[in-house]
Amino acid sequence: MIGRVLALVLALFALPLGAQDSMPPAPYAYTQLDDPRLEAEASALMHTLRCIKCQSQSIADSDAPMAGDMRHQVRTRILAGESPAEIRRWLIARYGDYVSYEPEVSATTWPLFAVPVLVVLLVAGVLLRRLGKRRGDAGDAA
Amino acid sequence: MRSRLYLWVPLALFAFFAGLAAFMLTQEKDQFVESTMIGQPLPAFALKPAYEGLPGAAKADFTGKPRLLNIWASWCLPCIAEAPQLEALKAQGVEIVGIAIRDKPEDVAAFLARHGNPYTRIGSDPISEVQLAIGSSGVPETFVIDAAGTIRYQHIGDIRESDVPKLLAELEKAK
Repeated sequence: MIGRVLALVLALFALPLGAQDSMPPAPYAYTQLDDPRLEAEASALMHTLRCIKCQSQSIADSDAPMAGDMRHQVRTRILAGESPAEIRRWLIARYGDYVSYEPEVSATTWPLFAVPVLVVLLVAGVLLRRLGKRRGDAGDAA
Repeated sequence: MRSRLYLWVPLALFAFFAGLAAFMLTQEKDQFVESTMIGQPLPAFALKPAYEGLPGAAKADFTGKPRLLNIWASWCLPCIAEAPQLEALKAQGVEIVGIAIRDKPEDVAAFLARHGNPYTRIGSDPISEVQLAIGSSGVPETFVIDAAGTIRYQHIGDIRESDVPKLLAELEKAK
């Protein structure tokens, strides 16, 4: 009896699996490129691209079918001679900056890079003034 | 004494950001990744028929009048929910081209037999190639493609009854 209830409960948990497709993965979803240098290039790129379906994972880390299809795109494009930067641009043109984990300076992100520089300059300015003044005071006293 | 007031600025800033963080936690997160291909021409593609009942789909099919491009799959549950709305759009004279994502011919045929067939063409995209090329992030999604083959509008998720007028208006605008 308990076994039957347990089986039913487990079967219910398995229900969402029905919402997955039953197609085999794309050819290059789980197959590495033959050339180790190209595969290293592809792998490095895949670790910095966001899976659109499972947004907190990179496509290298995700088992979602869509991540597999994205890996297939990356590997076939690398094989066809495209550079990782070109492939990243291709994806950003379709999904926006969000698809890339690599920080990029753009019209909306430049303050993120500018603010730390400004703060450092500000602090340097304040320190110089204070230390300069103190040294000046010491000089006066001597 | 008044000059000491600025000492409170950091605390005030901290309180502001803490408050902002607390407020943002209560806001619903937008899970959708929108396509940035709106206003761009449809990328070149030519897909084989998804089953023997209808022809496949290609970029060349999107000329002369605005059409809907429906990204769907037989294994996608919300696609069942939007089937009646696609029928309603078809009844209004809208031409709907389907792209079946990671699907098998027998599953496509069974889905259409059960939930109706609003399509004039269905291309099969077994490796989500065209889906990625147009910046679609899931199923179902519906794009308005104008008479010149340019992507004009993206609807993410299943089409509800309340979305139909908006889609019709976008199709009208795309003429």
